[in-house]
Parts: sequence; structure tokens; C-alpha cells
Amino acid sequence: MKVMTCPVNGPRPVSEFAYAGELREMPEPGAASDAEWAAYVFNRNGVAGIKREWWCHTPSGVWFIAVRDTVDDVVLKTHLFGQGGDAE
Amino acid sequence: MPWRLLKFGLARSHPEPRMFTHPDVLKSAYDVVIIGAGGHGLASAYYLARDHGIRNVAVIEKGYIGGGNTGRNTTIIRSNYLTPEGVQFYDQSVKLWRDLSQDFDLNLFYSTRGHFTLAHTDASMRTMRWRAEVNKHFSVNSEVVDAQAVHEAIPHMDMTAGGHAPVLGALYHAPGAIARHDAVAWGYGRGADQRGVEIHQNTEVLGIETEDTGSGPRVKAVLTSRGRIETRKVLCAVAGSTPRLLNMVGLRSPIYIRPLQAMVSEPIKPWLDPIIVSGSLHVYVSQSARGELVMGASLDPYELHGTRSTLDFVEHLAARMLDLFPSLADVKVNRQWAGMADMTPDFAPILGKTPVRGFYLDAGWGTWGFKATPVCGKTMSYTVARDEAHPLIEGFRFDRFERYALTGEKGAASVGH
Repeated sequence: MKVMTCPVNGPRPVSEFAYAGELREMPEPGAASDAEWAAYVFNRNGVAGIKREWWCHTPSGVWFIAVRDTVDDVVLKTHLFGQGGDAE
Repeated sequence: MPWRLLKFGLARSHPEPRMFTHPDVLKSAYDVVIIGAGGHGLASAYYLARDHGIRNVAVIEKGYIGGGNTGRNTTIIRSNYLTPEGVQFYDQSVKLWRDLSQDFDLNLFYSTRGHFTLAHTDASMRTMRWRAEVNKHFSVNSEVVDAQAVHEAIPHMDMTAGGHAPVLGALYHAPGAIARHDAVAWGYGRGADQRGVEIHQNTEVLGIETEDTGSGPRVKAVLTSRGRIETRKVLCAVAGSTPRLLNMVGLRSPIYIRPLQAMVSEPIKPWLDPIIVSGSLHVYVSQSARGELVMGASLDPYELHGTRSTLDFVEHLAARMLDLFPSLADVKVNRQWAGMADMTPDFAPILGKTPVRGFYLDAGWGTWGFKATPVCGKTMSYTVARDEAHPLIEGFRFDRFERYALTGEKGAASVGH
């Protein structure tokens, strides 16, 4: 991967982007048990596959979602949060 | 050409002993199954057979012996870490390393070079002082040295780092060493093989069967591409694939995978004796016995399950190298490669027992697993044989995260402080 498409700025060199981890669902902080909260804070889905991830275009500060294959390093799709067409 | 070699070349049969036997038959049951024939897996097999008398062991490897991170690291051995857990653990390892060539009757090219971790800011001088004090407390030979001492030891280094990061001093660790990494895996493999351990290469693990005993799950069998193996004990030592194996027994962990890249230059005459590391510049370099400069930098910036190499990496690392050693401008880069590193949030490994009985984990080594190979084999074989964690690995327990008791190891390679 050398070029990534920012949903606002278009195709840009990948060095302009910062990775911020897989999109994850936060449990309700008040209702979660200590074990559930620890699992949310620390545990990750480290298995290879197609993942939905947070990325940021750092020069413009645009945060968005990228759908990326972590084996081939190919970005299948990028979109702003909530505009992906499916549930987030 | 030596006479013996010529005779050997012209002979009809070649009776030279091989390093390993190749067992044809995968039995249907073993006392212990070790997944992963890298340095760690083979060291554990070796000590299981030698120290604990457990010889009915199969080491299962998807690829070939030492083909993973064992053959992809930059071969540095040191024990100047930051946490007491890390320092004690690695100090044991360094002591084991020194006798390993004798133990194996195989030359590992173990070479004590001295190890400088450069400090370019007051803040990193403070961290070096901290590390030195922790090290001294555990009788590990580490000291803070000033810029003059660094200059005298490495006269051809630009002490201003190209004018933008003057070297203020360094943490000097005299026992810092390098060794030939393939030979480590071969030595342990041969030692284990001679003691009756079976090493099965080109055998992929497809699943792990567990059964519920009422007090939680326990290991029952391992399913491989060459058949099913009944076993009560499985040791998982598969950096880069740990999350996939954990999924097979229904465990979740903080481990995620990032590539760590490295490169070597063309061979040059002996030129650099010590090992040089700069956390701020993201460079580490040493010169191998063959004369190549072995260089590494920091982790790739995002998760990836592959070992591709990038031009970005070479450009950045070469630029930093030239800051320190402008005289290398005409030296060419010969090869580059990558390995998949198991990363944890606290940069410390995850070792020992897991909530699945009989499933032992040796994972999360991040960027620093090679130097731990002997002590890891020692402590994991103890843990597997007795079904209780060795005291040295207590700080690296699987459940430390759910107990919010992390072991923050900031002495790991190229971690900025």
C-alpha cells in the first residue's frame, strides 16, 4: 500500500495517514464488569482478515474508516464514520 | 580445496551425518506437542528431554526449522532492560548463551561486543541512568558513560548525528553480544532430535480439540494436516500466528501483529566492534562475523500479517544511518526482509499457563524474542513439565491484563521514551 484514499482529500501518500486500530464497540462503562472492561481495554482481534479500522489523514485531521485486508495490505474501501452504508 | 571435501564430492554415497532425522510417521499420541519449530519451540523441546526426561515429544512446524523470526532478527543479545522482571529474566538468558556452544558442540559465533544505547536528550539520559541503576541492582553490568567515552569507543561516528541530535552520552552494557541465529535453532533442534524428540516440518496445525472437565476446558488433541494427535499438553510458540492459535482454543488476548523490518549491507572489513542503538533515531546496527552491517529500525506503523519489505523503510533507516556514519554513503544495501512480531500493550511477553488446562503459551515477544531463546526454553519446559509457572516468568502471566497488573517494559528495542 503506497496510496490511500481519504474520503475528503482524495488519494494521498500513505505516509500522511496514521493508523488508530480496529473499530470496536465500547461496552457501557457504568454497567460493564471489571473483566468486561479489561477485555475491552486490552484485548484485540489479532487474527488476519478484512478489518474495519480507524485512520486519520494527519495534515487535515480527517478521521475516517478504512476497510483493509491485513494479509495483502490492500484497502478495499474508505468512508467517513457513519457513511459506510452498513451498521457501525 | 581440502582433500576430504574432494573425496566426498566424488564418492557415490554420502555418509556424512545429517543435522536432523526426518521422522516419516506422525504417531497418534504424544506426551507433549510443541507447535512451532523456531528457537523457542526447539529450546523447550531440548530442555524437556534433557532436564525433565520427557522425550515423547513432537514439534510441529508449518514451514521449516527456524524459518520464522528465529531467522529474521538482528541477533542482538543483552540484558539491560528496565523492569526487574525483564532484567532478571534476560540476565539468566545471557548466562545460558555463553555456554551454549559447548553444550551443543556447535559454533554459534557467539561474540561479546559491548552495547551502546545512545542518548540524544536530557530525558533519555535520565532513562539511561534509571536503566543503569535497575541493572546494577540485579548485578547486571551496565553503566552510563559520557559523550567523550562514546567518542573514544566509536571514533568514526558523527557525535552530532548530522547536526540535529547531538549524542550526550550512552548506556553501556559490556555483555552485549551477537550470535548466529540459524545455528541456535539447529543446535537446539539437533540436541532435541538426538534425545528422541520428533521434529515434523511441513506439518500445519488445523485445530485444537478441547474437552470440558467441569472445572474448565482442557486440551485433548491437536489436528494437523497429517493427522490427529492425542495429547494432554500443548506448547504454542508461534510468533506472528499466535492470535490464530488462541482462536482455536477459544481464548482472546491483547496480542496483535506488526511487521518488524531489517536489512544488511554488503560485507565490508571489520569496522564496527560494538553494537550501536539509538532509540530517538530509531536505528540499531552491528557488524556480523561475515562483515555485513546488520541494521534495524522501529516497527511498521500499522497491523499487517505479511512479511513484505518496503522502500520507505530502507530510505528512512539509511538516512538515519548516514546521520551517525556519513562515511557509509557509498556502501550498498544487500538484502532486506521482515518478520511478524507479536505485540502486547506493555511490551512484555505472555508466558506460561492459560485458562485452558494443558495449553501453554510462549508469545507476545514483540521485538525481543531471540535473545530470550535459552531462558525461555528453560522456563517453559519447567512450566510444561510441572504444570506450574517458573518463578522467573510470574511477571509475564496471561491473566495480568484482566487483573490490570501490567509489566511496562520500555527497554524493548527502539521504543521511544
